[in-house]
Amino acid sequence: MTSKQLNKKKGTPLIEIRNLTKAFGNNLVLKGFDLQLFPGENLVILGKSGSGKSVLIKCLVRLLNPDDGEIEILGKRIIDLDQKALDEIRTEVGFLFQGSALYDSMTVRENLRFPLRRHPERKASADEDQLILASLKSVGLEDAIDLMPAELSGGMKRRVALARTLILKPKIILYDEPTTGLDPITANEIIQLMLKLQDELGTASIIITHDMDCARVISNRVIILTDGINYAEGTYQELDESKDPKVSAFFKDINKRNHG
Amino acid sequence: MGNIRSAVIDVFEEIGALSSFAARFFRAALSRPFEGKELVHQCFAIGYKSLFLVLATGFIMGLVLTLQLRPTMIDFGAVAYMPDMVGIAFVREIGPVVTALICAGKIGSGIGAELGSMKVTEQIDAMEVSGTNPFKYLVVTRVWACILMVPLLTISADAVGLLGSYFIESTRGQVSMSLYFSRSFGAMAVGDIIPATVKTFFFGLVIGLVGCYKGYYSSKGTAGVGTAANSAVVVSSLLLFLVDFLAVLIADIFYEI
Repeated sequence: MTSKQLNKKKGTPLIEIRNLTKAFGNNLVLKGFDLQLFPGENLVILGKSGSGKSVLIKCLVRLLNPDDGEIEILGKRIIDLDQKALDEIRTEVGFLFQGSALYDSMTVRENLRFPLRRHPERKASADEDQLILASLKSVGLEDAIDLMPAELSGGMKRRVALARTLILKPKIILYDEPTTGLDPITANEIIQLMLKLQDELGTASIIITHDMDCARVISNRVIILTDGINYAEGTYQELDESKDPKVSAFFKDINKRNHG
Repeated sequence: MGNIRSAVIDVFEEIGALSSFAARFFRAALSRPFEGKELVHQCFAIGYKSLFLVLATGFIMGLVLTLQLRPTMIDFGAVAYMPDMVGIAFVREIGPVVTALICAGKIGSGIGAELGSMKVTEQIDAMEVSGTNPFKYLVVTRVWACILMVPLLTISADAVGLLGSYFIESTRGQVSMSLYFSRSFGAMAVGDIIPATVKTFFFGLVIGLVGCYKGYYSSKGTAGVGTAANSAVVVSSLLLFLVDFLAVLIADIFYEI
């Protein structure tokens, strides 16, 4: 399916970014970035290290405040939201951090319990322990429930972090380099898990990565973030076959780095 | 000359940033929601886990102070005043300052390293995106726990310090426990106890604030965590002496000590 065909069946965007600008001192990282995320899609944002990918998704949940531009999530302009409304929106947006960001003074169970206790309204009728166990089961780690994060491998940490992200049943998941630092087999397991969970839960995702294998397997649509803008957009195949010199040089360069 | 100028600017910038952090703490500390459970947990972590160290140090200080003072007091024919002197010295100055310095080393560096590590590994960001105010959850609870626990630890250190002093007195001289403590407490006035206790709340505030500030704003990387822990101890120790000086100066006005 081409990107044009994809666009036709998309509907109302869950996330819409217009003209996003962010600078750190004199370093202008994002220079008017635009993006739309539609229900059920996996949007991959590709870019070299330092291109502003992580800055972009941190702006999305207001871990960083943009200097200019508009961000709408589920129809709400997040720049204008007060803390309470922002926290409500944040429960709809799961965030998987690059280093997993598990609370290392808590067990796996307590890590998953933490967001539930902060948002009791999201528990519905189910028992807290049942929800924790079900979430761990969905990532295949129910046996690790009483372990500390220090006792887990890199791949297991990423799975637990994913379970913690999913426990509030978000509509959107933001993945920051989900396969970075993992060996190819574990990286592939994480990718398959992301696909399985997306299939089961129907979430939409933005995946920030420079792992081309991850992008190829998981993406419905790819955006190339370079020079602070949405430089090119399309399916992975369209961009891979693009005649644009910058896009083709980008693909060649990244592939060369990824495969030595 | 340029280096000195830049160092002076750095110091003033640090003072400004710490003051702004303190103002943020007071705003957050007085507004809902209150993280009661985490506060209790931090009181346990900070108070109970430092208790043994504080008690051991207080007891040894009591022993050493009495051993050092005794020969001089005998020379002046004033050995009978040992309980009075040790009691006042401990309650007014030695207990609060030694306890605060131990807490700056143990608690301040621990908080700096813990929050620094959480910052570096994005745990603070994770907390924020899960809809929790990390400043309230991590900083406000730790600073309050320090404010509440340092005075209690100081009182404990004072008590075992006097016990240590009595231990030496009872072995070297002939004095009963009741006589020793009645002399010791009898020598203390309100002007000794109140200002000394009040200043320990401020010591707790300094230790908590500096530890949290250094950790919360630590730079990225493992080196940043080490620096946060180290500078938490250095800055808070320095500020403790400054606060102590100011406390004594103010107490002098009100109580004619």
